[in-house]
Amino acid sequence: MTVNETIRQVVADHGRLAVPIESLADGDDLFAAGMTSHASINVMLALEDAFDFEFPEKMLKKSTFESVASISAGVAELAGT
Amino acid sequence: MTARSAERLRVGVDLVAVADVAASVLHFGDRYVRRLFTPHEIDCCRRPARTGDGSVPYSMESLAARFAAKEAVIKVLRPTDGQPDWRSIEVHRLAGGWCEIRLSGRAAVLAGDAGIDDFSVSLTHEAGAAAAVVVARCRVIERTSTEEGDG
Repeated sequence: MTVNETIRQVVADHGRLAVPIESLADGDDLFAAGMTSHASINVMLALEDAFDFEFPEKMLKKSTFESVASISAGVAELAGT
Repeated sequence: MTARSAERLRVGVDLVAVADVAASVLHFGDRYVRRLFTPHEIDCCRRPARTGDGSVPYSMESLAARFAAKEAVIKVLRPTDGQPDWRSIEVHRLAGGWCEIRLSGRAAVLAGDAGIDDFSVSLTHEAGAAAAVVVARCRVIERTSTEEGDG
């Protein structure tokens, strides 16, 4: 599974979206697609499980989790790539 | 130009489904609890362990109400560049059972920047939902031009 596919799977499993993840482009707003603030915490914890890291406080921004693309950027930053 | 100190109120409210919090606790366990709540809050939400019956050691309604309070405080703080750690916003239960908001870290800095010097919080839960209302008093400096003008 690629990083993008893993992120999409995590969002699909924990984001409580109102629409299928397949219908969203990488840049689409996940909060506009139904993800609540509480669901974004579940996404964050599931991403930490999937990639074996911990999001630091400076990345606990709504903008970090607002799209598949922004999550990918955060994952890349934490992975040092 | 003249300046005077004035008071303003800010209100934040949030509603959380208790089932959502329970599902998170069941899925992520103590990691979820420790990531969001302070040791004091965790102690307040603990309930006696009953081994062998599959029960969880926390009141989900109490956890959900506290999470709602944290979200309500964030709405009052109105951060523009990232939100503070959830644990820097504590719902502190007093001896009489009433709760107050205690801030630390970045949440305290945000409150200071906004001129907020007092919070009041009320928690409730019923029919599978938990809610919190937070009211804060802000002291702001208002500047008004004098009749003669200042330049």
